[in-house]
Amino acid sequence: MNIHDPLSASARAGASAPILDISGLAVAYRGGAGWTQVVRGVELSLDPGRCLVLLGESGSGKSVTLRAIVGLLREEGAKVEGRVRVGGQDVTSLTSAELLRMRGGRVGFIFQEPMTALDPVFRIGHQIAETIVQHRGVSWREAMAKARELFDLVQIPSAERRLQAYPNELSGGLRQRAMIAMAMSCEPELLLADEPTTALDATVQIQVLLLLREIQKERGTAMVFVTHDLGVAAEIADEVAVMYAGRIVEHGDAGQVLLNPAHPYTRALTNCVVQGSYRDRRLGELTGSPPDVSRLPPGCSFAPRCISRADDCLRTEPARRDMAPGHDVACLHAGSLSASRPD
Amino acid sequence: MTVDFSRMQAPLPLIEDHGGPQQPLLIASGLRKEFRLSDGLFGGRTVVHAVDDLSLTVGKGETVGIVGESGCGKSTAARLIAGITPADDGEIIFDGESFWTPRARIDGERRRAIQMVFQDSASSLNPRMTLTETLAFGPRAHGVSTEKARAYARDLLGAVGLPPARFAERYPIQLSGGQRQRVNIARALAIRPRLLILDEPVSALDKSVEAQVLNLLVDLRDQLGLSYLFISHDLNVVRYIADRVVVMYLGQIVEEASSADIFAAPRHPYTRALFASKPSPDPRKRVSAPPLTGDPPDPVNPPSGCRFRTRCPIAESVCAASRPPLAAMDVGGTGHRAACWAALPGSGHSLSPRVPASVLGSVQ
Ligand SMILES: Nc1ncnc2c1ncn2[C@@H]1O[C@H](COP(=O)(O)OP(=O)(O)OP(=O)(O)O)[C@@H](O)[C@H]1O
Ligand SMILES: Nc1ncnc2c1ncn2[C@@H]1O[C@H](COP(=O)(O)OP(=O)(O)OP(=O)(O)O)[C@@H](O)[C@H]1O
Ligand code: SF4
Ligand code: SF4
Ligand SMILES: [Mg+2]
Ligand SMILES: [Mg+2]
Repeated sequence: MNIHDPLSASARAGASAPILDISGLAVAYRGGAGWTQVVRGVELSLDPGRCLVLLGESGSGKSVTLRAIVGLLREEGAKVEGRVRVGGQDVTSLTSAELLRMRGGRVGFIFQEPMTALDPVFRIGHQIAETIVQHRGVSWREAMAKARELFDLVQIPSAERRLQAYPNELSGGLRQRAMIAMAMSCEPELLLADEPTTALDATVQIQVLLLLREIQKERGTAMVFVTHDLGVAAEIADEVAVMYAGRIVEHGDAGQVLLNPAHPYTRALTNCVVQGSYRDRRLGELTGSPPDVSRLPPGCSFAPRCISRADDCLRTEPARRDMAPGHDVACLHAGSLSASRPD
Repeated sequence: MTVDFSRMQAPLPLIEDHGGPQQPLLIASGLRKEFRLSDGLFGGRTVVHAVDDLSLTVGKGETVGIVGESGCGKSTAARLIAGITPADDGEIIFDGESFWTPRARIDGERRRAIQMVFQDSASSLNPRMTLTETLAFGPRAHGVSTEKARAYARDLLGAVGLPPARFAERYPIQLSGGQRQRVNIARALAIRPRLLILDEPVSALDKSVEAQVLNLLVDLRDQLGLSYLFISHDLNVVRYIADRVVVMYLGQIVEEASSADIFAAPRHPYTRALFASKPSPDPRKRVSAPPLTGDPPDPVNPPSGCRFRTRCPIAESVCAASRPPLAAMDVGGTGHRAACWAALPGSGHSLSPRVPASVLGSVQ
């Protein structure tokens, strides 16, 4: 039942201190009537050099979780509880100046929409060099040379000319690669990537994924990688965590979660995927509407849409428990559901 | 989520059909767009050939998918067709009538015939408008009363899976990426276009919402008789939704065929590499080397002859000498066309198919 995954077994053996350690993370935004809890107790730990892929429902809190890691939520007026440690350092206790130093230094960030991170009025090369000067204190010339190197690293053609371009003069794909270059500029220990390859065509996407895998291996960079594409997840993940309604509902090695999903939500998700020739067939959909995080039902949040729901699901909020070594699931009945999903 | 649009009270009338069912909805021909970069290394003389002699047709009720290299000009082509960016050259015939030429631009009612959902969903919504205001804006601009437009806006929100009770008064920043994209689709639909150009409409969505949006688009196509020009990097999605697929490389179309034909037997080496690069959802089947290496060429200085030749695994001297035409690949007239010397009989490429002279005559 358990598929041996040679890609991740070795890396897990190391007993080094985690580069990222999140416990009890809860995030609320001020909504119409009081606070809305959008992240509700995320527990996550990641060892150096490992790549964790975050999958999950749109609106389940993936991007918010990433922003919490670099302390960006404070500026958004969110209420944040719980603990986030990066390399042993408690992010919640850092001053704004320390946070700025951490972002783009120790931690690199690749955003879902590159235009939110790139300033439209400055040339790309200028923006990258600026980051390098700020964090490394090197000269402008050295920084520009480094920026040029980074453009080669992420395979931006005609690097010299593209460094001079303004963000809106680049195609979506080139902008995304420029973002990756910027995130790598200070050789971070932890790279946070929010859907970094959705703007890329398949031939470039696979190159970028291989590139990130290489960076991860050679520099020991740990990664948290958000994607909706199960193919991308399969290509890059050591571990996969699945979020639903502000919580992690399943976590395990890539092989365990993608090939043997145990949570009914993960199973439904893997069944919605368009593959091969599906023409003229209605795609599988999750029944019911996405959860309203401001009014979650008691018990399991997935219960209103779950095909395996039983009576106790409406009373007890399931805690995460181990299905197999390294594979845990927040579902009361996961163990008794059939071992592999129907194909 | 199944939507019944017939029950919704659309405040704007359908745009009347003029040409009849045989008349393609859209005929774009010879589209060309160059971007002149204001300054840079080469002192104001840099020209990007973003779209170079592009022609395509969309039938009534048809969905045409566009795939291709990032930066090959898909979004630019879409903006040219929608009349958002002025073209340098070319012509658009919409339902048998001239829609625009570089000199004459779109007028009143036809302005709503073609709508576009933009690639960057975040920056294309006005951050200071609530979702109701956002969706009511278009109809109001076309003369619908505020009250009617707002009521329809709420219906539309429900139709794209955002219950109005919870979402009507929200601002774009209060949405996740996927929620924003559904607002973009609803906004484009609000003024009842006939052709919807969707630029990466589902790339920000999770798989369950993606399935909802794709099912929604199929419902809309059936109920409202819409046609789509659907740009996406996700080949599985294109295969699902598109009747016909157009493959672009560096500003030009390199292959074009029915969805079934192209996925069964891609003829252009770039198309083949593209399909081979699609990652498998099985972590045991990882790719170890990219099917296509090398840098995409600079659109400022495109290679001579075939633009793919700098990365093509089977390039030969004929490929540098002249540009391969987009030629029919079959005698039966299924409309499979590719621009590759290796696929063209008698081209001088060593892999060029050998065809009896009689058949060759009917191909040319
Ligand atoms: N600044 C904000 N103010 C108020 N609510 C917010 C804010 N940012 C996010 N939210 C809400 O928090 C929830 C989680 O959002 P988040 O962006 O983390 O989702 P996500 O999992 O990344 O989704 P997607 O896959 O669509 O990007 C959503 O319901 C969203 O509406
Ligand atoms: N406003 C502009 N000024 C200068 N160059 C531009 C402009 N818009 C696009 N370009 C250039 O034109 C080419 C085509 O860009 P376009 O955005 O159409 O590509 P695309 O196929 O949509 O790419 P992607 O898949 O990455 O979104 C690119 O080389 C891009 O850098
Ligand atoms: S706890 Fe119950 S409702 Fe929740 S996922 Fe498991 S079976 Fe479904
Ligand atoms: S024309 Fe030549 S270079 Fe171009 S795709 Fe065909 S074989 Fe390759
Ligand atoms: Mg997100
Ligand atoms: Mg584009």
